[in-house]
Amino acid sequence: MRDSTASVISHAMDDDERVAVLLADISTDRYARAAGRHPHRVINVGIREQLLVSAAGGLALTGMRPVVHTFSSFLVERPFEQLKLDLGHQGVGAVVVGIGGSYDVSAAGRTHMAPGDVALLDTLPGWTVHVPGHAEEADAHVLSALASDERVYVRLSSRGNAASHSWGPNLVTVREGSAHSAGVVVAVGPMLDRVLTATRELDVTVLYTSTVRPFDRAGLNRAVAAAGTADVLVVEPYLAGTSAHEIAAALRDHPHRQLGLGVSRDMELRRYGTPEEHDTAHGLDVEGIATAAGTFFRR
Amino acid sequence: MTPQAASPAVLSRYADLPTLIGLMTGDEKHQGAATSTLDVLWVLYDRILNVSPDRVDDPQRDRFLLSKGHGPMAYYAVLAAKGFLDLGTLRRWSEFDSPLGQHPDRALVPGVEISSGSLGHGLGLAVGTALGLRAQGLTTTRTAKHTAPEPRVFVLVGDAELDEGSNLEAIQLAGRLELGGLTTIVIDNGSATHGWPGGIASRFTAEGWTAHVVNGRDHDALAHAFTQPHPRQPLVVVAEVERNS
Repeated sequence: MRDSTASVISHAMDDDERVAVLLADISTDRYARAAGRHPHRVINVGIREQLLVSAAGGLALTGMRPVVHTFSSFLVERPFEQLKLDLGHQGVGAVVVGIGGSYDVSAAGRTHMAPGDVALLDTLPGWTVHVPGHAEEADAHVLSALASDERVYVRLSSRGNAASHSWGPNLVTVREGSAHSAGVVVAVGPMLDRVLTATRELDVTVLYTSTVRPFDRAGLNRAVAAAGTADVLVVEPYLAGTSAHEIAAALRDHPHRQLGLGVSRDMELRRYGTPEEHDTAHGLDVEGIATAAGTFFRR
Repeated sequence: MTPQAASPAVLSRYADLPTLIGLMTGDEKHQGAATSTLDVLWVLYDRILNVSPDRVDDPQRDRFLLSKGHGPMAYYAVLAAKGFLDLGTLRRWSEFDSPLGQHPDRALVPGVEISSGSLGHGLGLAVGTALGLRAQGLTTTRTAKHTAPEPRVFVLVGDAELDEGSNLEAIQLAGRLELGGLTTIVIDNGSATHGWPGGIASRFTAEGWTAHVVNGRDHDALAHAFTQPHPRQPLVVVAEVERNS
């Protein structure tokens, strides 16, 4: 996704003079050709992530469309007040493209993990958050974000699904349960293939989205109404329960149950290794999801 | 709230500024905190800035970014004197429905370029603004011979505000990218807790800036400093005012 979006953004720069890319010594090789063509619109600020976001705010104040890119841990967590004040409070937008979300580079350790990025942005109004599960989805989200003036976070991952499913704003039905089904599963971005495998023995509806904010409350409401039971399992690649308040708001008029699977909130996993090993530790591999889904839906 | 069109200023002289500030404070005790910036702001809006109430959205305007958003009464008073705000607005300052808060909000006040209050944000925003103007060809890299009017970006910070490390990121990059369209004004009233041994200006010149240190109450000295050529270098004007004013 990272290479693909760099290509999409670089090409967009040729057609749209408003687009500028701000980097902090990460992915500079991927924007080298664009920098050659547009030297004043590809700006590497060095390892200065507060300035990275503040400068984006300044560019936007002059009418430009800034793209801001680095690892999510240095993009959302370190300069969080800059996102809050220099974009949000100024009333301007940017396309914020993060990589390494949760634990894509797990061997690098805790310093490069950012499972809290979406929950943090969720404390700020007016952000659109895309969590693509495929490079084609990432490209489509980036292109539409470039064409707007909104505050958009595109959370890229080095992992994803075998095929793209949706880059629209709404939940799409990937597998439909019966009228007597046990409930609804919402799979976010890269979690879909695992969720489909983990729930294949269950009579549930599986919904998919690569856009979590704004969340498609009406779509979830309709799917739950069509299901046999108002039980909702959400599987997200970042902190468990990040979207719990959206599920609660969507189903406020229904008696319902919900369970959120994601990265554990109650421990700092002090381990290296592979992302797959971290999935297992957080119960986000196929087996972990299957176990949790089975317990939740077969109460 | 939609910014209101301001009526022509009745009190429009430098001598009127204390009266305008008085409309906001209602007494004398808060004026000290508000007035360290007063003379710099007056000189900028009276003699330097190419901006006016009827062209607050003009891409060619000069930008003034008040990073030190604390104690903005002098700022509001100067904006009122120059016709960006009317007197009635000043009287309602910091009330629930007033556009004028104890820190300024660009969405509420015509002519205010940034919302500020949290220290250490304005200089980064100013660097981005200068980069945005450069990317759009509105500014070139200035040379001594270049005389065509180009929009400039001015940002005002306090000496204690420079304690925030985010400023250092901006100072370094502005020097390296030769942002000649950027001017930083540091109001130095000696309020930084641990001080700046060797002086503030040296921190900027080490990073490639042109620096002038002037008496922050001397209007001619300020105006002179703001208009000196500084080809291919950003400019810092350290405006010294009485300690802890």
